[in-house]
Amino acid sequence: MRGVFARGTSRGLAVLAAAGLLALSACSSSGGKKSEDTPEGAGPRLKIAMVTHSGAGDTFWDIVQKGAKAAAAKDNVEFLYSADPDGGKQAQLVQAALDKKVDGIIVTLAKPDAMKDVLARAAAAKVPVVSINSGAEESAKLGAVAHFGQDESIAGEAAGTELAKIGAKKALCVVHEQGNVGLEDRCAGAKKTFGGDLQNLFVQGTNMPEVKSSITAKLQADKGIDGILTLGAPFAATAVDAVKETGSKARIGTFDLNKDLIASINSGAIEFAVDQQPYLQGYGAVDELWLLKNNGNVLGGGRPVLTGPAIVTKENAGQLEAFANRGTR
Amino acid sequence: MTQAVAGPPEARPDERLARRSPVRRLLGRPELGALLGAVALFAFFSIVADAFLRAGSFSTVLYAASTFGIMAVGVSLLMIGGEFDLSAGVMVTSSALIAALTAYQFTLNVWAGVVISLVLTLALGMVNGVLYVRTRLPSFIITLATFFMLAGLNLGVTKALTGNVASDSVRDMDGFASARAVFASDVDVLGVNVKVTVFWWLAFTAVATWLLLRTRVGNWIFAVGGAAGSARAVGVPVDRVKIGLFMGVAFCAWFSGMHLVFAFATVQSGEGVGNEFLYIICAVIGGCLLTGGYGSAVGAAIGAFIFGMTNKGIVYAEWNPDWFRFFLGAMLLIATVVNLVVRRRVERSP
Repeated sequence: MRGVFARGTSRGLAVLAAAGLLALSACSSSGGKKSEDTPEGAGPRLKIAMVTHSGAGDTFWDIVQKGAKAAAAKDNVEFLYSADPDGGKQAQLVQAALDKKVDGIIVTLAKPDAMKDVLARAAAAKVPVVSINSGAEESAKLGAVAHFGQDESIAGEAAGTELAKIGAKKALCVVHEQGNVGLEDRCAGAKKTFGGDLQNLFVQGTNMPEVKSSITAKLQADKGIDGILTLGAPFAATAVDAVKETGSKARIGTFDLNKDLIASINSGAIEFAVDQQPYLQGYGAVDELWLLKNNGNVLGGGRPVLTGPAIVTKENAGQLEAFANRGTR
Repeated sequence: MTQAVAGPPEARPDERLARRSPVRRLLGRPELGALLGAVALFAFFSIVADAFLRAGSFSTVLYAASTFGIMAVGVSLLMIGGEFDLSAGVMVTSSALIAALTAYQFTLNVWAGVVISLVLTLALGMVNGVLYVRTRLPSFIITLATFFMLAGLNLGVTKALTGNVASDSVRDMDGFASARAVFASDVDVLGVNVKVTVFWWLAFTAVATWLLLRTRVGNWIFAVGGAAGSARAVGVPVDRVKIGLFMGVAFCAWFSGMHLVFAFATVQSGEGVGNEFLYIICAVIGGCLLTGGYGSAVGAAIGAFIFGMTNKGIVYAEWNPDWFRFFLGAMLLIATVVNLVVRRRVERSP
């Protein structure tokens, strides 16, 4: 730098640079206005990157981001988000975040093997990593300081218990993404506690008419089905339509929440929702990195912190309505 | 086009004008192979799946077929005209989002959203077409680009307007009931509940077939797909035909989009990706050549029917779902090979 400024109009350049710096510092003080509200020792402004395996336009990851952004605003953190469902590309995005010299990285470990090398590089660069959502078992092994997520098997078990509670004997587990380990774990978990007969049904999640006709077909093929468990909120609404049309007696439970779903639970069309509280995953991860930097804390003491399952039924749906309406539950 | 034309008797008979027997003419139809495949599949699933032959089940199969089939009409015409549209799948979602978002954000009657969506979706088709005729780049590239742009717009615009990745529900808005009656209602036919999309599918197929076989525009479509250069030389307005075909796909996308809006009330902005290949598959099973110049709308309808039967037949047969995609792929392969064998046999014999 010095070499560049030393020549010719060095004074002018220095003034310019100083002005630029001033402008920059003016910017950051206005951006950090919220930091006035944060307690003493709020610490320096951190830059944290989140890299997930989300596909485009997924409600769930939208809620995760909202949680992370809320925590970032509170903690005076610059928050960067990127995502790619392909494991290799996700790893490249983590590398890009490392190149940007971030102070912390939040990753999902849906494909742990693909993330191994890049997380080792993060460790070498002394950038702390927190994992969220998937990969509770691999998290510590790959050097992450903490993990926030729902154990899919445990969540599945909770769903199975609820299914049994509403009196179902023969139920469907509607898998909207074939080969997704987390979804399979949910169905397997549900099978464990359900007690009755639980069959998996594959549907093409990106094509709603196909989802509907598949559920309809299954209900027509087997009149004995009296319970349906969907693994995402939009599919539950479609299952309600299919049940209505076929005159089936099946009662419906689901994973995940959104505002339409709360209305359906209130009206009784859907019996329950198993919520893994995605907002909490994003919020907790950003907060954890802030705490680690400023106070050396590790939430959960290195063990995975469970963000779910929270069960939403007619009893408590009313309390969550306002939160779901603004898209944070 | 392999239509046999029965010309007037001449002193020196031309082999191209020779009258062919009805059986041979039938064998020369592009959809014949698909028809045989459909019959075979129907028989197969009737045997292996108890629930398949029930009237209610058949109605579900037809519904599944119709949601692919409506798009396959536009896509097959475009393929006969020698082009592809990879943006067709997301365009359905775009169209649905345009209707749902405009109606909700401006608190309009949903029919206003439907009309605005029609205009904008046709404009999207025109953009594809105009880009193609102006640049002469392969339609594969042009529509791949619009595919990505539309997918991004769907997500970005929806999130900017609603703060979420799905559109707000239009279920309780003015005009929803009447629009639902048109785009997503059920009709009772002899005690069986049939989706209205099935009738629209058949109607669209009939119109497209009439267009292809009975009008000058139909001849133009075959001509621009088979040999665009020669077609232009004899005065066919090649560019206008191609733009029109892209707009035809857009029209079908609009209709499918309206079905999405009024069947499900909210639209997920990430939907539709990958469906473009399913539409092309329907057209190909139905006898449309990937190289253009040959095919039929009826064939595409049969292709969609085959796809619907396979897709739902696997559910009715209650096979292990782990193998679902394998069965789907195998069925498609068999149907296409049967189609191919029939056509080759016809082409080889004098």
